[in-house]
Amino acid sequence: MIDGAKTGRIDLEDVRIAFGGNGHTVEAVQRFSLTTRPGEFVALLGPSGCGKSTVLNAVAGFVRPLEGQVLVDGEPVARPGADRGMVFQQHSLFPWKTVVENVEFGLKMRGVGRTERNSAARTYLHLVGLGGFENAYPAQLSGGMQQRVGIARVLVNRPRVMLMDEPFAALDAQTRLTMQELLLAVWQEVRTTVLFVTHDIDEALFLSDRVAVMTARPGRLRDVVDVPLPRPRAPEITTAPEFMRLKAHVFAQVREEALR
Amino acid sequence: MSITPRIQVAGVATRAVPRVAWPVPRTRRLVSGRPLLRGLSLAVFLIGWHLATTYQLDFYVRFQNIPTPARVVSDALTLFASRAFWIHIGASLERIYLGFAIATALGVGLGLLIGWFRVAEDLLFPPIELLRPIPAVAWVPIAIMLWPTERSSIVFITGLGAFFPIVLNTIHGVEGIDRGLVRAAMSLGAGRASIFREVVIPGALPNIVTGLSVGMGVSWICLISAEMISGQYGVGYFTWVAYGIVKYSSIIVGMLTIGVLGMISSTLIRLAGAWLMPWRPRSAKEEA
Repeated sequence: MIDGAKTGRIDLEDVRIAFGGNGHTVEAVQRFSLTTRPGEFVALLGPSGCGKSTVLNAVAGFVRPLEGQVLVDGEPVARPGADRGMVFQQHSLFPWKTVVENVEFGLKMRGVGRTERNSAARTYLHLVGLGGFENAYPAQLSGGMQQRVGIARVLVNRPRVMLMDEPFAALDAQTRLTMQELLLAVWQEVRTTVLFVTHDIDEALFLSDRVAVMTARPGRLRDVVDVPLPRPRAPEITTAPEFMRLKAHVFAQVREEALR
Repeated sequence: MSITPRIQVAGVATRAVPRVAWPVPRTRRLVSGRPLLRGLSLAVFLIGWHLATTYQLDFYVRFQNIPTPARVVSDALTLFASRAFWIHIGASLERIYLGFAIATALGVGLGLLIGWFRVAEDLLFPPIELLRPIPAVAWVPIAIMLWPTERSSIVFITGLGAFFPIVLNTIHGVEGIDRGLVRAAMSLGAGRASIFREVVIPGALPNIVTGLSVGMGVSWICLISAEMISGQYGVGYFTWVAYGIVKYSSIIVGMLTIGVLGMISSTLIRLAGAWLMPWRPRSAKEEA
């Protein structure tokens, strides 16, 4: 088992990612460098199409950088793996598996026995507040509940890093706030590094220890903003003067990039 | 755990509903008036048939030689009491289920490989694509030459008819699998074999079942045609022979038997589909 306090350091060093070929390449990410501390919550914020999801996919191992390195705990990322679980914007739960079978999936892949993985899955489902829904199918759940399953499905593997690709963007505003609170509560319990992609400034500031602001495409790191707000954080913090000050600071940068 | 109060904010922990049920379709509740309408529609059809044949209607379409419903019913009763008719039914069922089973095994197996592996697509798909437009009935002469017995050649025709819709729908199903699901599986530690087993096969299942039900329909067409052309047993043979020996009411009994057997077959496929895919919601028609 991985101790979240000591593992989960991500090093992105001068990463360049481009798509296409035959002389028609699109530069997605250029000279991107960022380091996270183990157990840190970092948001990647930027205008749409800036390549923030691409950075996340590089850490996941879905895309490979043309230049630069992606290291997790010092090891180069070669392929996708359960130590870097991803929560997707479209929940991407297996429709043919029940909720508990979805959560068990990673353990099953690792060869954990039926009884053991079932009880682990139930523990994590309780953690995300879905006790009692074990035998439902994903299509029977609301969007917010589907994303909770997605979070439990990643955390049950005790990953070094949890990658989140705009996981709440498709939810309604009320549910989104609830899910942000829930995520923080769960993260207090299961400490792991979180790399969270979003285009929502409030969301980024409310959740994160640091916010990495990206430029318009090709995506580069524009600024890294420390969020020294105390934890645990309640939703009321989003109206605190310190929060507003940070928001104004980040907003000015994002706006400038969005207009480019 | 310090987490408990926060999770209650989310509202689910307080809910006492352990299982989520699909919404009850409205058609189920409105069903009362519908059997009546359906029965009425059937009655109008039977009365029309009775009148047309009793009064031997002739308006370009000629009803002189068509038996009345009463004749058909009495003939059916005699036939179903005879052993010979059941032998015909048994022969047809054996051919179609054997042919269909072989077509399912080959069609699903090849379809999964062709859909998922590029090498398999290049190696296996061209001949399928070439032979696909040929209706299975056109294979009858070759089938008679290829296969040693009449039984095996008809099984071949029947299976061939089912094979193409099954293989094509399976390929289509595999190709339509959500990339996100494959990525999700990879990021949960699934290797190639696991992805194939846990994502590709269940992901293609809805299309496979569609292929099976289309294939079953085509199978029946092929079976009856083949039996009419070259057979000594089977419901198709029986129906064609009834025409030859001027026993017109038996033609109708043969046709209706084919219809009922076909209907039972497609119901079995539908039930198998529902059993294999308990996660699928009811059709939109029932929800609306």
